[in-house]
Amino acid sequence: MSLKYIGQRILYLFLVVWAASTITFFIPRLSSRNPVRERFAELARMGGFAPADLEKIIADYSRAFGLDKPLFQQYFDYLAGIARFDLGVSLNLYPKTVAMLLWESLPWTIGLLIVTTILAFVIGNLLGALSAWPQTPNWIRGFATSFVMLQGVPPVLLAILLIFFIGFKLKLAPLGGVYSIGTIPEFSLSFILNLLWHQMLPALALIFGSLGGWVLSMRGMGVTIQGEDYVTYAEHKGLGARTIFRDYYLRNALLPQVTGFALALGNVVVNAIVVESIFGLPGVGSVLFAAIRSNDFLVIYGIVLFITMGVATLMIIVELLYPLLDPRIKHT
Amino acid sequence: MSSVSLNQNLIKRPGRLVLLGRYLRRNPSLTIGLAIMLGLTIFTVYGLLTINPKDAYPLAVRPQQPPSWKYPLGTDFFGRDLYPAMVIGLWQTAIIGLFAGALGTIVGTVLGFLSAYFGGILDKTISTICQILIPIPAFLIHVIIAGAIDKRSVTILTMAFVVFMLAWMGPTLVIRAQVLTMKERQFVSVAKLSGMNSFGIIFREILPNLLPFIAAAFVNQVFQAVFASLYLSVVGLGPLREPLLGNTLWSAQSQAAFFNGWWWWPIGPTVALALILASLALINMGIDELANPRIRTSE
Repeated sequence: MSLKYIGQRILYLFLVVWAASTITFFIPRLSSRNPVRERFAELARMGGFAPADLEKIIADYSRAFGLDKPLFQQYFDYLAGIARFDLGVSLNLYPKTVAMLLWESLPWTIGLLIVTTILAFVIGNLLGALSAWPQTPNWIRGFATSFVMLQGVPPVLLAILLIFFIGFKLKLAPLGGVYSIGTIPEFSLSFILNLLWHQMLPALALIFGSLGGWVLSMRGMGVTIQGEDYVTYAEHKGLGARTIFRDYYLRNALLPQVTGFALALGNVVVNAIVVESIFGLPGVGSVLFAAIRSNDFLVIYGIVLFITMGVATLMIIVELLYPLLDPRIKHT
Repeated sequence: MSSVSLNQNLIKRPGRLVLLGRYLRRNPSLTIGLAIMLGLTIFTVYGLLTINPKDAYPLAVRPQQPPSWKYPLGTDFFGRDLYPAMVIGLWQTAIIGLFAGALGTIVGTVLGFLSAYFGGILDKTISTICQILIPIPAFLIHVIIAGAIDKRSVTILTMAFVVFMLAWMGPTLVIRAQVLTMKERQFVSVAKLSGMNSFGIIFREILPNLLPFIAAAFVNQVFQAVFASLYLSVVGLGPLREPLLGNTLWSAQSQAAFFNGWWWWPIGPTVALALILASLALINMGIDELANPRIRTSE
């Protein structure tokens, strides 16, 4: 792997982040909505402001957020802020910064994401490989193939169906929330179990929501690899079915799946934040949707940019790690 | 010689319908997908002919009624009859999907074509823009665009347009890749050598061979459009007045329908959306098999 290649990828990462920040900056400014004015108009409806003061407050706030400067200066200030990882301040939860909000909510989202993504990837690929392997018992093959039907059903809908069947009908899981109402957050086994119990349905929705895609693509890969000469050769050498399955078949079929994994990352993250907001979990998704509801513009842009940067960076990391998995590939 | 031709006369060539039926039996995902889609279409068309559209909007009927003979899918907290709401929601979802899907496919096909056929700086520009935009999760940009539009002026068509704005890159890259390989094929060289102009080569030689890929791209685009509009409306960025399926889900969720025991409110739209998306995904798989015979699996 040459330095030149890494340099190119990093340049590409910068381009992606620059494009995302430019879109997030200019689109809202093309519209006629003024978030500061909307915010204070709402507060004024509840009373407590003299109209003249209101104009002064709006002017003050506009100055504080830099909204009175010329557009291009605002744009460069904004880009400079991003370069310093300064994503601005929340309008609604002032003086909390966007970085603080992210810092509080990110662990929840990342925890849910890591567990569900790894489980879905492992289970989905195993089922997909089994469904295309000729020696698989028929019932396992049928079971694995049935997951292809799930492909296309988004996790949000599965979340609602799971809430209905498991939470509402069978009463086996909570309908939403982080922990049972009335429990006190503490570091004890029962509280942690309670927390995990509340994460069960969102996790299941996310796992089942992405399983179908992995099963389908792995099945396709599996069918292709079976016809390869090296598999036939391994069979003729008299290697055990298990060895062939693991070392000759699964290992080779998994390689393109890793690329697919990098490409799917954006969707995975989006699914997670939407499902979080359905269950009312305190992750990035809930913060984003609270911000949408109150038109808290810097929080919206901050979160969008942060997620874009995260996804683009992870994609490049997976790409750079790829030669470790497949020695045939060398980035030059 | 004569006996051979006699035998050929004896073999009856099956009619087109029989052949189609045989193909559908070999391609179960296409068949199941088309069957679900047909069922949904019949439900929607029959519904549109029989319902009173006014019942799908607030304050039309008694609120919070569970499903009964009078209200087959129940009524919601705001006094909408959920059966007409579902019919209109399906219709609106179809409009968004078809409009955004068609627009995305057309723009993608044209850009992909231009990019691959003429190459050079045009190709560089178009493919670089696609590659920069693709890692950005489209949903997040949709959130920004939809959030910037005044809530009261969001309509079904603006929503379709918002969805389209970030959807054309996929088909552009697919069509570009196909045209690049097709450009090198012999039939194109023959056409060129026999003096056909670019226009003729594009429309008479390349385009007909691309049709399966364009069809696959279209189904995929419709799927993506329905998916994107569901996500936007389920978080409250849809045209809030309309009974779009995702909007119904959003309002049920924000009124804590399950906590209040109104299970019928979110379940109907969830099942409808799951059926739409699953059938589109199945049709997509089926068309893939039709377009790339190489991935056909023989059982």
